[in-house]
Amino acid sequence: MAIAEPPVVQAEPPPPPTRRSARAITWARRRRAVAAHWRVYRRNRQGMWGLAILLIFIALALAAPLLVDERRLEPAFSTGIPFQPPSADAWLGTDKFGRSMVDLLVYGARISLLVGFTATVGTMLIGSVVGIAAGYYGGRIDALLNAFTNWFLVLPWIVLAIVLASLLGATLFNIILVIAITSWAGTARLVRAQTLTVKERPYVERARALGAGDWHLITRHILPNVFPVIFANTVLTVALSILSETTLSILGLGDPNSVSWGVIIEESFSSGALTAGYWWWLIPPGVCIVLVTLAFTMCGYALDEILNPRLRER
Amino acid sequence: MSAEAVPARDATASGEARAIIEVRGLEVGFEGRVGVLAGLLGRRGARARAVDGVDLDLYEGEVLALAGESGCGKTTTARAIMGLLRPQAGEIRFEGRPLGRRLRAYRREVQMVFQDPTGSLNPRKTIYEIVAEGLRIHRISQGPNGETEEELVARALSRAGLRPPERFYLLYPHELSGGQRQRVVIAGALVLDPRVIVADEPVSNLDASVRGEILALLMKLREELRISILVVTHDLGLAWTVADRVAVMYLGRIVEIGPAEEVLQRPRHPYTRALLDVVPEAGGIDRPILSGEPPDPTRVPNGCRFHPRCPAVASGRAARLGIEERCRTVPLAPLPAAQDHLVACYLAELGERP
Repeated sequence: MAIAEPPVVQAEPPPPPTRRSARAITWARRRRAVAAHWRVYRRNRQGMWGLAILLIFIALALAAPLLVDERRLEPAFSTGIPFQPPSADAWLGTDKFGRSMVDLLVYGARISLLVGFTATVGTMLIGSVVGIAAGYYGGRIDALLNAFTNWFLVLPWIVLAIVLASLLGATLFNIILVIAITSWAGTARLVRAQTLTVKERPYVERARALGAGDWHLITRHILPNVFPVIFANTVLTVALSILSETTLSILGLGDPNSVSWGVIIEESFSSGALTAGYWWWLIPPGVCIVLVTLAFTMCGYALDEILNPRLRER
Repeated sequence: MSAEAVPARDATASGEARAIIEVRGLEVGFEGRVGVLAGLLGRRGARARAVDGVDLDLYEGEVLALAGESGCGKTTTARAIMGLLRPQAGEIRFEGRPLGRRLRAYRREVQMVFQDPTGSLNPRKTIYEIVAEGLRIHRISQGPNGETEEELVARALSRAGLRPPERFYLLYPHELSGGQRQRVVIAGALVLDPRVIVADEPVSNLDASVRGEILALLMKLREELRISILVVTHDLGLAWTVADRVAVMYLGRIVEIGPAEEVLQRPRHPYTRALLDVVPEAGGIDRPILSGEPPDPTRVPNGCRFHPRCPAVASGRAARLGIEERCRTVPLAPLPAAQDHLVACYLAELGERP
């Protein structure tokens, strides 16, 4: 091994050698990363279909107050004829109060998506905190949190949800809370497993040798490397949350004042739509639920393929 | 000096050099795993003493090589010095003061370079962020002369031989070669202006063609910045190239320590001898190569730890000299920290060559 004066190493791509601030460098890097991921995502047909369907529903939900007069959804102010089949006036017919199904569905999208997203945020927060704490600290904390997680995992969620929902009372916020409480365990498990592998990587030890504390290690190294796995899972969790809300509503535990798709189905059931043959009251909300759930699932799988390094290689 | 340690005849007893890191009586153990049920019943796993009584000084501006087979405890010693492992016993002093609670400040002064440069860089961070990480951890927003963070990062990258530094800022680790990645790790250490670098097998994962470059870089840092370097290596040839002093470890203990030329040209411990015999540049290949199982740190042999594999014991030479009984039954005391050439061996005590 001969000792020579170390030659100067040159990097291949030469961006302009201007002096930039650290912040500008960070942002330039983030923009690049997002652009690179988008390029890969765009090539995924399934993901693009899912995204297109989602964007339509999100646009409808956001624009609902502009498209529909909210007062017409109050049974007392409804002017339509009840139980009307689809016609030129009411494209998808009317319900027992004579409200237009189209109006109901557009507003239902608002409620269903709201519940889906907020319940997911709650699920992710609880799941990530529990999962990272268990995986990172290990030992007794891990044993305790893991037992807790497993308990929630094996408990039949629907029973717990029914008990909680009837205890807390049927408000929209409580429904969101119940869904978050009953569905975080799977996320916690996933996050814990990923944390365990990331924790052992040499760059974590390098950061520790540099003097990093737990907070720095968790926020700068563990979280960014666990996040992609969480993110794909998050999108799938939204679909599950929407389904959970529908289930609870159909069981009559939903908030009767906020007309979600599930509440529409529940009303149609309780009014005997099935026996009377009012198919337009039952099928459209069902189709909406299926479409949105499917769209989220398609996006979730597409993201999983991009963000999960093990799948990317295939 | 203990009775077992033999001073070399021409020891370089300058006594002037100041120790920057002092390790005294270091012991690090690992508990073997036991099943859940056995654990509840109070059973403990076999205890492996990876480091079992190490005294070591690192002097200012020197390169000290810690050599030995894999599993001898050299990496564990380095990690304990870095404060990454909690020792069961013993003390590590930095500039005369024990570490204790000053670990955070200590970690500004003592930096580590790892074996696997690819694994030690977070794949989601740019080179700039990786190098700036140390500054951010220690909340340093300005250099001693009012430099900005960007200037400090640029200087560290240039010192590590990555020039012009701006070109590397936005690159990711996977866009660099192995040698460049190790330079990034070194730049990340240099950005904090450390006084000591602990390098754990710094070139063993690199191509032969870039090993020389990285070693030359480490030597240059020692020359220009007066950084003391502790190199952990299994390769005595590397120790010969870079080190001022060499410490040879066997089964958790230092068995021979001294100036590099002394230890490597006139080894006094049969183990050092055996290691040198497999280095092509250092002499013939025909001599007996080390036989026997690599040692198991959960079962440290009685007497001299090396005796089950010692060629002098196996050949009957120890018996002829009348020391075999001692080799097999009387444990040797750990070598004290000193600048002299010291050996823990009954054979060497008699003035015999291995």
